[in-house]
Amino acid sequence: MDAGRESELAPMKNRMTVERTSERELVVTRTFNAPARIVFEAWTKPELFKRWWVPKSMGMSLLSCDMDVRVGGKYRLEFAHGDSQAAFFGTYKEVTPHSRLVWTNEESDEGSVTTVTFEEKGGKTLLVMHELYPSKEALDAAGTGAADAMVETFAQLDELLVTLGASGGRS
Amino acid sequence: MVQYATPRLDASFAALSDATRRGVLERLGRADASITDLAETFHMTLTGMRKHVGVLEQAELVTTEKVGRVRTCKLGPRRLEEETAWIERQRQLWDARFDELDKVVDDLKRKENVDGRRKRK
Repeated sequence: MDAGRESELAPMKNRMTVERTSERELVVTRTFNAPARIVFEAWTKPELFKRWWVPKSMGMSLLSCDMDVRVGGKYRLEFAHGDSQAAFFGTYKEVTPHSRLVWTNEESDEGSVTTVTFEEKGGKTLLVMHELYPSKEALDAAGTGAADAMVETFAQLDELLVTLGASGGRS
Repeated sequence: MVQYATPRLDASFAALSDATRRGVLERLGRADASITDLAETFHMTLTGMRKHVGVLEQAELVTTEKVGRVRTCKLGPRRLEEETAWIERQRQLWDARFDELDKVVDDLKRKENVDGRRKRK
């Protein structure tokens, strides 16, 4: 059985796989139609990173994004979600230009270590995002939080679209 | 979060961490099979296959029934809804992020092309 799931909603979109490879690990892969140096840039320059890390559908807004991308450098992202605020922060452990990034997620005691690799082939880049949690419980809990908030937002959006569709039909 | 579901999730993910066991589930998704059938399909000893089926049984992903001398295996009542929901949430998050990242990457590529053309002139 293939636990990974593909996303092929739009014909031009590259295939994505999301797989829980063990009870402590999540692996996401995706190809981007650009050389590794460009994809790497989008992960390491805060002004670019903040354009995609918090998609509108998450229903959160990014208040600030500081990234000191070098070994031992810190990052800090501050979000607003309704009236509440949250901060995500950690330390870069490995920074190998255009090929590898490793950082810690220190906002919780049970934070994961994120490893992202960029592999260029024929002008395209295969990106592999690997998250290793200290325990299976920590990974289970990761299914909540931001991602959950986003699913709720999708549900709200669906409702809104239904409402808009219904009123559009009436007019 | 649904704390009560966690021990079962753990058992499921442990059961699913093995390629043979995932294969067994896929095989049983098509039709019920005996341990002997499964052992043959996966080129394994009966003892080895019994162990794998035992793990799947504990996770409630598979049930078995002994009729005469044959133990028949079929998919259990649990299926994979919880696991699917968990992975689906992750998929939605990363899918949305990467759609936006595609746009950023396209922008950067376009800028580089424009700059490249300027330099050539």
